[in-house]
Amino acid sequence: MTDISDQLNELATTAPPGLAEKVLVATGAGRFYDTVAGPTGDLVVGWSRRGVYGLAPADELDDFVARHPRAAPPVHAELPPQLRSRLERAFASGKLGSLRVDLSELTDFQQAVLRKATEIPPGQLRPYGWIAREIGKPGATRAVGTALNKNPVPVLIPCHRVGRSDGSVGRYAYGEEMKRDLLRHEGLDPDSVDEAAQRGVRYIGSATTNIFCHPTCHHARRIQEENRVELSSAASAAAAGFRACRACRPPVAA
Amino acid sequence: MATTGLTERLATDLDAAFPELVLTFQHRIYSGVRSFVGGVDAEDVTQEAFIRAHRALHSYDRDRITALRLSPWLWTIALNLCRNWARSRSRRPQTVELHVDRAGADSAEDAAVEAAMLASWRRRLEALSEAQRTAVVLRHVVGMSYQDIAQATNRPLGTVKADVSRGLRALRTIIDQEGSP
Repeated sequence: MTDISDQLNELATTAPPGLAEKVLVATGAGRFYDTVAGPTGDLVVGWSRRGVYGLAPADELDDFVARHPRAAPPVHAELPPQLRSRLERAFASGKLGSLRVDLSELTDFQQAVLRKATEIPPGQLRPYGWIAREIGKPGATRAVGTALNKNPVPVLIPCHRVGRSDGSVGRYAYGEEMKRDLLRHEGLDPDSVDEAAQRGVRYIGSATTNIFCHPTCHHARRIQEENRVELSSAASAAAAGFRACRACRPPVAA
Repeated sequence: MATTGLTERLATDLDAAFPELVLTFQHRIYSGVRSFVGGVDAEDVTQEAFIRAHRALHSYDRDRITALRLSPWLWTIALNLCRNWARSRSRRPQTVELHVDRAGADSAEDAAVEAAMLASWRRRLEALSEAQRTAVVLRHVVGMSYQDIAQATNRPLGTVKADVSRGLRALRTIIDQEGSP
């Protein structure tokens, strides 16, 4: 009988490619990925029923799939039309809008950091310390930097709008050039940001309103040239009689 | 693939763990289903089995999921679908199986050889009783334990063992008769 059982064993085969994918698409279970045109280049986007769980430059696709193994690697599927239009709207506006992002696997701290980053308007830059202060962890500047560096959904959650404490653009998980491109796309010139930071400018005050802002705050950018006061610290701003802008909330000197 | 803790993961987060279930069992389910229904419909039947499994898991509570033995449980679903398939086939005209191009096969020739082998084995298996056919396929194509087969088919262990050995003997007789004019 051995020969028969051996022959029967040869009927064991592999499932046709794509079977698992069809099952997962039909059930909506699991994680999927596809590529999409982002604001400054093609991106690979990962989603599940819970929302977008990951985003990366499209040339990092292999790495992206490998980085999200969990129970099983994500499955390539076609981006659903509704999700596609929400992504396009988010890329165009620089805001999440009705797009859901799934941060459920991150710690509360990481989630708080990333949610706070979404409050930074497009084309503006805040230092790491601003996020730390805003989420009530003023001493956690370094941890904020780490959380932003591990942002699973860059571009959508705009960690590119967070820079160094000296006001410069700083580094980016996918390279400084991508960060600068994203900011440029939003209408902020990264070179002039770095140039001002290098001159020691941390804040801009208005001689007419006596309010001081982060240099990229839209209030600061509206100040007329003759009324612009460059400030090197929150303490010197306070000493000169400026109060902090309520929109961009620079630190209040102790 | 190790399935340790898979029921636990399914109970904790069904949608996150479900792909692992599909990837773990798809080849075995497909192989067995193909032996019952042939190459044309095997993919559809296998897909449907997993979709029903997902629906069922969705409706189960945590304790029920963690208590599952996944392989026999999946097979109760798949066997049910294979039976439905056989029933609906008997009500519609028979079609000749010409479906040979499987993406898994290396060449058209290999595919044709494989299709011919599958067709002749399915003809032999069809000659067995349903119980023997099921037991033989689950044991020798899918590679399940007698225990799991007993659970999947809801039959006593001893009966399953007897079904397998009688089924193999019957297949031997069928093959011997094929050789004689």
